[in-house]
Amino acid sequence: MSVETANAPKVAPRAPAPIDTRAASLRAIYIIWYRDILRYWRDRWRLVASLAQPLLFLVVFGSGLSSALGRGGLFGSRSGLTYVQFMYPGIIGMSILFTAIFGAMSIVWDREFGFLKEVLVAPIDRWAVAIGKALGGTTQAMIQGLILLVLAPFVGVKLSALTVLAIVPLAAVLAFGLSAFGVMLASMLQGFQVVMNFLMMPMFFLSGALFPLQGLPNWMTWLTRIDPASYGIDPLRRVVLSDSGLPKSVIDGLALTIGGHVLPIPLEVGIMLAFGVVLLGVAVVMFQRRD
Amino acid sequence: MTEAVIEAKGLVKKYGQLEAVRGIDLEVKQGEIFGFLGPNGAGKSTTISMLCTLLKPTAGSASVAGIDVVHDPARVRQRIGLVFQDPSLDDQLTGRENLEFHAFIYSVPAEQRRERINKMLELLQLTDRASSQVRTYSGGMKRRLEIARGMLHEPQILFLDEPTLGLDPQTRRNIWTHLNDLRARTGVTIFMTTHYMDEAEFCDRIAIIDKGQIVALGTPDQLKAMVGGDVVTMTSSRPEDALEEIQKVLGVVPTRDDGALRMEVPDGRKFVPRLVRELTVPVDTISLRRPSLDDVFLKLTGRAIREEEASDRERMRAMASRWMGRRR
Repeated sequence: MSVETANAPKVAPRAPAPIDTRAASLRAIYIIWYRDILRYWRDRWRLVASLAQPLLFLVVFGSGLSSALGRGGLFGSRSGLTYVQFMYPGIIGMSILFTAIFGAMSIVWDREFGFLKEVLVAPIDRWAVAIGKALGGTTQAMIQGLILLVLAPFVGVKLSALTVLAIVPLAAVLAFGLSAFGVMLASMLQGFQVVMNFLMMPMFFLSGALFPLQGLPNWMTWLTRIDPASYGIDPLRRVVLSDSGLPKSVIDGLALTIGGHVLPIPLEVGIMLAFGVVLLGVAVVMFQRRD
Repeated sequence: MTEAVIEAKGLVKKYGQLEAVRGIDLEVKQGEIFGFLGPNGAGKSTTISMLCTLLKPTAGSASVAGIDVVHDPARVRQRIGLVFQDPSLDDQLTGRENLEFHAFIYSVPAEQRRERINKMLELLQLTDRASSQVRTYSGGMKRRLEIARGMLHEPQILFLDEPTLGLDPQTRRNIWTHLNDLRARTGVTIFMTTHYMDEAEFCDRIAIIDKGQIVALGTPDQLKAMVGGDVVTMTSSRPEDALEEIQKVLGVVPTRDDGALRMEVPDGRKFVPRLVRELTVPVDTISLRRPSLDDVFLKLTGRAIREEEASDRERMRAMASRWMGRRR
């Protein structure tokens, strides 16, 4: 063999130091999360565009429906709660729902454009990939939801600093649960279209974002209680509206109930968290099976 | 003393009934540039994927950097760098950010990250554009960035699957200059596949693979010596008659190649005058050349590797990326 390696400096190490796999996985989670945030931040138009939709809902849909609903019934002078006020936390929830699922499902894009291969062949644990992606989606969705809090004065919702502090973890839990859902979907499905039409829209409509989940037909009551987003949007609404001088009876009257009982907020948070953890677990298993 | 850093014994990959790789044995030595040459569908990518632990062999064994690819794929992956056939960069990130991402997931020590990234950017001449988003890069720059990325964790072996596919000839040459440079500076072993015959000339050793088997293995010169002598090609307005006459009068059996007649002769310079003198059919053109690897492949398989095989696929890939780029 005429290969001249004699004068070539040997940088290629014989035996690299063994890698601490736990530290490696933590680093991987961090950089996968960081990449998502970097891309999110860089894509300003997406940020602007994703604010347009909630505004459209609040201003056009909300105002229009308020007028149509008239003064009687649940909303109006009798309860002191306007439809737009009611809808506002729901729209925050909507923003979180869409951003979380789409954010986590960006794995599908990564697969399409080849970048996922770079991640999957790296000497890291697959669960780190799933967790990094879920956290990336969670962070984006939280920011997207919390930005909408600046609209509160325009829709007649008062927020104290303490309330805002209470909203942050609720938004985080909802964002996490749905991001985990998104990662799981991405680990099983190839495209967005199906998810959009058959999962996200129904989830959104049944979540209580647009109408109270009470006095519904029986079949629908069932579906709304199965919808995990319901357990994230309900506590969000109760906390967001807590400073606006509404009687407790009005707020409780809108709350999510099971068998006539109002669910305590910690229980709802627990359900959402459990949902997220279980689905993330499924996603990890799916990822580990892939080639 | 050079030792084998890649060893494969009886490597087989079956997909159901289809046998993509049918028993491959090879040894690659430390510091070599080893080329895996063959037409599309010959089993090149499948073999490289098995060596990189991306595919499990159906039978046989292989070790890379002294580690068994089946038993300990994770440790193999720490010691190898990969440049895939299809692009795998994040084109929304900058070149530097892509390298940073890689440094993290490959556990490059924190204090060395910046230094190694700068060094690799320098080596592959990407420093000027390191802060631009990858979507603004040319095809050649993207490839160079992928090579820089593959080298970032200082692998012992760099695997490249068709690294020059779809690039123009000048860019291809440029990539080759960089690969040679990298080998000289770091002593890295390079294992690559290609279906461009002219590129194989740059390798220290080549394995020619056809239908899932290695049909020849050696240095480019050794392989070319298999053809024996020179290659004479001629065209005639009456090729059938010419073929018959050459066989009868000159005792050489020409092969038909794209309308031309192709002959392998020991000494071309003496053969050409005889050809002109003895033939009664009209001769349009005659050319004489040293054998190329194309000739070797033709001799071994009875078929030529044609560029068209690639171009179809490249066109499809270009179309796909345009379309998806817009959709994004």
